[in-house]
Amino acid sequence: MSDYILEMKNIEKVFPGVRALDNVSFKVKRGEIHCLVGENGAGKSTLMKVLSGVWPYGTYSGDIVYNGNVQHFKTIADSEAVGIAIIYQELALIPELTVYENIYFGHENMKGHAIDWNETIVKAKEMLRKVGLDEIDPSTKVKNLGVGQQQLVEIAKALSKNVKLLILDEPTSSLNEDDSQNLLELLKDLQKEGMTSIMISHKLKEITAIADTVTVLRDGATICSMDAHEQEITEPEIIQHMVGRKIDNIYPKREHKKIGEVVFELKDWTVCDPERGGKEILHKVSMNVREGEIVGLQGLMGAGRTELALSLFGNPRHYHITGGKMYMQGKEKRYKNPRAAIDDGLAYVTEDRKGDGLILIQDIRYNTSIANLKALTTGLAIDENKEIKIANEYKASINIKAPSIEQKVGNLSGGNQQKVQLAKWMFVGPKVLILDEPTRGIDVGAKLEIYTLMNRLVEEGMSIIMISSELPEVLGMSDRLYVMSEGTIKGELDGADATEEKVMALAVKS
Amino acid sequence: MAEKETQKVQSEKVGLGSEIGQLLKNNVRDYMMYIALVVIMIYFNIQTHGGFLTARNITNLINQAGYVAVLAIGMTIILILVQIDLSVGFVAGFCGAIAAILMTQYGMSEWLAIPIVMLLGLAIGAYQGAIVTKLGVPAFVTTLAGMFIFRGLLSLSLQKTGTIIIPNKGFNALSNGCIPDIVDGNVHVLTIIIGIVAVAFVIFSQIKTRVNKQKYHFKVVSTPIFVLGLVFVSAIIMTIIGLLASYNGIPWTAVIVGVILMIYSYILNKTKLGRYIYGIGGNAQAAELSGVNVKKVKMFAFCSMGLLAAVAGILFTSRLQSATPTAGTAFEMDAIASSYIGGVAVTGGIGKVTNTIIGTLVIMSLTNGMNLMNVDISYQYVVKGIIFIIAVAFDVRSRRAK
Repeated sequence: MSDYILEMKNIEKVFPGVRALDNVSFKVKRGEIHCLVGENGAGKSTLMKVLSGVWPYGTYSGDIVYNGNVQHFKTIADSEAVGIAIIYQELALIPELTVYENIYFGHENMKGHAIDWNETIVKAKEMLRKVGLDEIDPSTKVKNLGVGQQQLVEIAKALSKNVKLLILDEPTSSLNEDDSQNLLELLKDLQKEGMTSIMISHKLKEITAIADTVTVLRDGATICSMDAHEQEITEPEIIQHMVGRKIDNIYPKREHKKIGEVVFELKDWTVCDPERGGKEILHKVSMNVREGEIVGLQGLMGAGRTELALSLFGNPRHYHITGGKMYMQGKEKRYKNPRAAIDDGLAYVTEDRKGDGLILIQDIRYNTSIANLKALTTGLAIDENKEIKIANEYKASINIKAPSIEQKVGNLSGGNQQKVQLAKWMFVGPKVLILDEPTRGIDVGAKLEIYTLMNRLVEEGMSIIMISSELPEVLGMSDRLYVMSEGTIKGELDGADATEEKVMALAVKS
Repeated sequence: MAEKETQKVQSEKVGLGSEIGQLLKNNVRDYMMYIALVVIMIYFNIQTHGGFLTARNITNLINQAGYVAVLAIGMTIILILVQIDLSVGFVAGFCGAIAAILMTQYGMSEWLAIPIVMLLGLAIGAYQGAIVTKLGVPAFVTTLAGMFIFRGLLSLSLQKTGTIIIPNKGFNALSNGCIPDIVDGNVHVLTIIIGIVAVAFVIFSQIKTRVNKQKYHFKVVSTPIFVLGLVFVSAIIMTIIGLLASYNGIPWTAVIVGVILMIYSYILNKTKLGRYIYGIGGNAQAAELSGVNVKKVKMFAFCSMGLLAAVAGILFTSRLQSATPTAGTAFEMDAIASSYIGGVAVTGGIGKVTNTIIGTLVIMSLTNGMNLMNVDISYQYVVKGIIFIIAVAFDVRSRRAK
């Protein structure tokens, strides 16, 4: 048998108008952990979809050689049959079913024509043990598990299919530090038992820590493949290959810092969530933001950051705000809905662009004006000429890459979608802008543009609260930062002398 | 600037034939609807030996389609918002019955009874809207319950009298009569004047839109195609106007539907409320976080639906010149089918009231044509159902292809 479990040769895949994969070659050694990196749109996901049979044989050109044989996968079931399993970023578990039902969903243990549930439970326990979830009762409903545990259940599900080649698409993107670490260690354990893994990731730190080989894709082509056993792979090196040029400082410096008075302040803000049985999700949060300041709010998923933002921004999830005070420009406020918050100078760019940020089936023009139609309305009707003019101005000034403002937002890349969100709020012109994970899933080039734009906005006198789980970003951009964990503010640091160590020390402080 | 020039040159180089092909390809969904309507009309005209496309039958078709069109306009907004209203049929029936009772038993004039009944419809819409938005009961359940309730109220209100015959001439003219003429003669002059004004308006507004688009360098169709389109639309309007003018003129129903259509088209295309309706249909959470009061907009949709159901009830009652205990049965089916055939997306967020009217014409031409051919009502349902599912399946497929 060859040294390689998988060889993809000269793969080409064309979508109408786009050459998504242009002669990609990709080789994976048996038993290694192979990281696949590249900016969004580089073709990573398309390549994995070709491999797993989502794009069936015949819709691409080139050869897939797996275990020495050329494969013609027509469906996902074909690739699974030979031991290839793919775990997507969006987990494919059914929340209302139990762990054991989920693990064997689609390949049930049968006894005659009926499902053998006892056998299923016993086997599920075995799979859970393999992924280090011994302590979980297999009859727990999946919705009651944490994200990290759900991710592991996905892997258990893959293992139950007797997988030889495990593909993970950004497995740690929604996991906190501990869960991520846990997952990476599991991959290493599985590797010892002979498993080959392909991991798509944006987190360079994880990649350098775990990868045996790193392959970089750019614009649908293989740029290079680096072997960690031959050379040391460094983060700047990967970035350089990904972007095609050297980026010295991804966090641009601000030229004229002018920080003024406190514009927004929270005192002992305490919030309960009735949907989680009245659990206290935020406890005595106190913080403030000055004019022209970027304040970082660092915290992992589940720290209560998004809940905090929503509870301030007109409370659309109807949390119970049980205590505390909010001040906007010195006056105490409680907004009864997002409209009231917007009218008073607060804006919120959501974490989930596609889920609750943008209206994807509408165009750039529509999404730019939707929060501030009042400014465009004379009498009853919207002044469309003015609207077009304004949308075009924003498109040009913040460099939204699209053929025209009539482009549907759903067809834009992540970075350009994020720019449309920013255009929407810039048109409103808030005093305080809350950005929730502003660069998640965005490639390096677009990140730089967003950071530059943030600097421009605060220079114009806006104040920004940047919520982020990416520590380097918070450290690189913030004038001041708060560390949040378990619904409380654990501490405050000055941007100039904050370090990763100091932040982590605060985060784990009890 | 130089770049724009070259683009322009390039687009002009594209041949007329290939541009038509491209247009057909890109707008296959909209064109299919028109083609289907034309095919259906021609088919029935052949089958009935020219009986379908007569002045008399077109007038008849308009009067028959009026109440469905009114319901479908309201339903379009409800469906864009990814809601549903199953109760509209019996709400219409109930409102019609109340109108009849007010006019016959309380001796009210139609000019008092009609506004009262419209207020009643509005109140019914507000009640259902409140249950959906304030209590959070899904619209399907709320309006299914409404279907029970208003079916019951309809038969209760007519229990003592049975079918009520309406003597009011003005009321009955709404869905039987036509606009009066300004001069006596063989041809209906006012109808022709209205037709000319309508064509002038269409040409003017189309040119205005085109000039505006060109100002912003948006893509527009080439001049020959634009002119061809205008000639085509004008010809259709003038043909229908000509037919109507040779008979009794424009039916009052057409005037009522026309006014409602213009109001709703304006709301959806030009106002904040319209934008919010599309926004909520596209992504309710995103709309809310952009400062849209989602509940208020949904409330508006149900109130407007109730109001339009009352208008539809009035038109239907006027058409029959009587209120019957079975009025309203299956109206919601025609209304929902009209909206979907007219291109409202099953996933919400997309739809136009003008296209919904085309959908109504498709559905009601089927009804009218099959009636002319003496097709049994049971077969009619089957045929309509098949056409409906084909239209929606086609819609879903063509959207996915994009």
